[in-house]
Amino acid sequence: MLQPSDSVISTTNFSRAEWLALLARAPLDLLEQVLKNHTQQAPQWLRAPETGLMMVEGRAGGTGERFNLGEVTVTRCALRLPNAQKIDPVGIAYVVGRSHRHAYLAAIADALLLSTTGQDELEQSLLTPIKERLAQQNSARQTQANSSKVEFFTVARESGAGQDDEDEA
Amino acid sequence: MMAMNLSEVGAGFQDIALGSQSIFRAALEALSYPGRHVTVNALFDAPAAANLSSSGLLLALLEPGSRLWLSPSLVGTDAAAWIVFHTNCEITQHPSDAEFAWIKNWKELPKFSSLCLGTDEYPDHSTTCVVDVMPSHDNVPPSLFTLTGPGIKDFATIELQFMSPSERETFIQERALNHALFPCGVDLFLATAQGLIGLPRTTCIELSDEAAQCM
Repeated sequence: MLQPSDSVISTTNFSRAEWLALLARAPLDLLEQVLKNHTQQAPQWLRAPETGLMMVEGRAGGTGERFNLGEVTVTRCALRLPNAQKIDPVGIAYVVGRSHRHAYLAAIADALLLSTTGQDELEQSLLTPIKERLAQQNSARQTQANSSKVEFFTVARESGAGQDDEDEA
Repeated sequence: MMAMNLSEVGAGFQDIALGSQSIFRAALEALSYPGRHVTVNALFDAPAAANLSSSGLLLALLEPGSRLWLSPSLVGTDAAAWIVFHTNCEITQHPSDAEFAWIKNWKELPKFSSLCLGTDEYPDHSTTCVVDVMPSHDNVPPSLFTLTGPGIKDFATIELQFMSPSERETFIQERALNHALFPCGVDLFLATAQGLIGLPRTTCIELSDEAAQCM
């Protein structure tokens, strides 16, 4: 398995780990729209999109012992841009679900962000909107959840009640 | 897990099923007819550090968790990164622990006894060696060998390139020791630029007579 190598981090405002995380969660329509100029030609596949299972590990409270939480369906791929040379960067994507298209688009975006030109532009046109869209979705979900929130009040026993109990006993 | 440098990694089989099957077929034929040069045809982007046929063979045979030992000059090359990326195999430091060994040239061929030889119960657990027949010396004449054993009618001859006289001697001795260990012992694939030659542990290798050597 691979992890994003830190040696190739560019001068952008996002680290590679951050943008890979954003791309993996990005809405498909947004990716399609922004990357439409880069998907005309077939890429050079290093690993064509493939779907498999990955074990998700958890820690109780974030600090406890590791345990296997369960398996999740993941689609991954690795590619170079259509006209890239062998030394040019490799874009990778690991996306939850079975969408080969999503993995493909995320890997294209990763390769573009790693290449030497046009990073800032892509950051403006893709990463920032994704971040905003995800924040919106998140707040919408929170609002929806909050609308059905129920407050529970616990009524403290009046003082003296405990003593009564004791008297009865 | 270690972060991987993908900067020089090439593509794997264009068609995984057909590519690996055609190479597996070639490997079967090579082992069934020791000494026969079997052409390898598959579409993939072979690493620069190794021959096309050895890379293809390992790409077809290795699976996640397979233990591969690399001869010193293959360590850290694009070939190592390439095979790990595509097969998810494990690179082992200990030849005696390896299921497969990838050897860059005759010079780096280890003693077979340092590899895994299998046991009488499980002779199939021995290391499978893949040797790249690659230039490592200037101007050495090809060495002629006579092969006998199962799969060979009467005898077969092979001509091996890039082998110095001392390497030839060691090779013959090592093969004789290996042959004596039967049913244990390592199997050998010789990988040329175009194809494979199989030398299973059952094959007996001798130098062709001196007259033939001089010609």
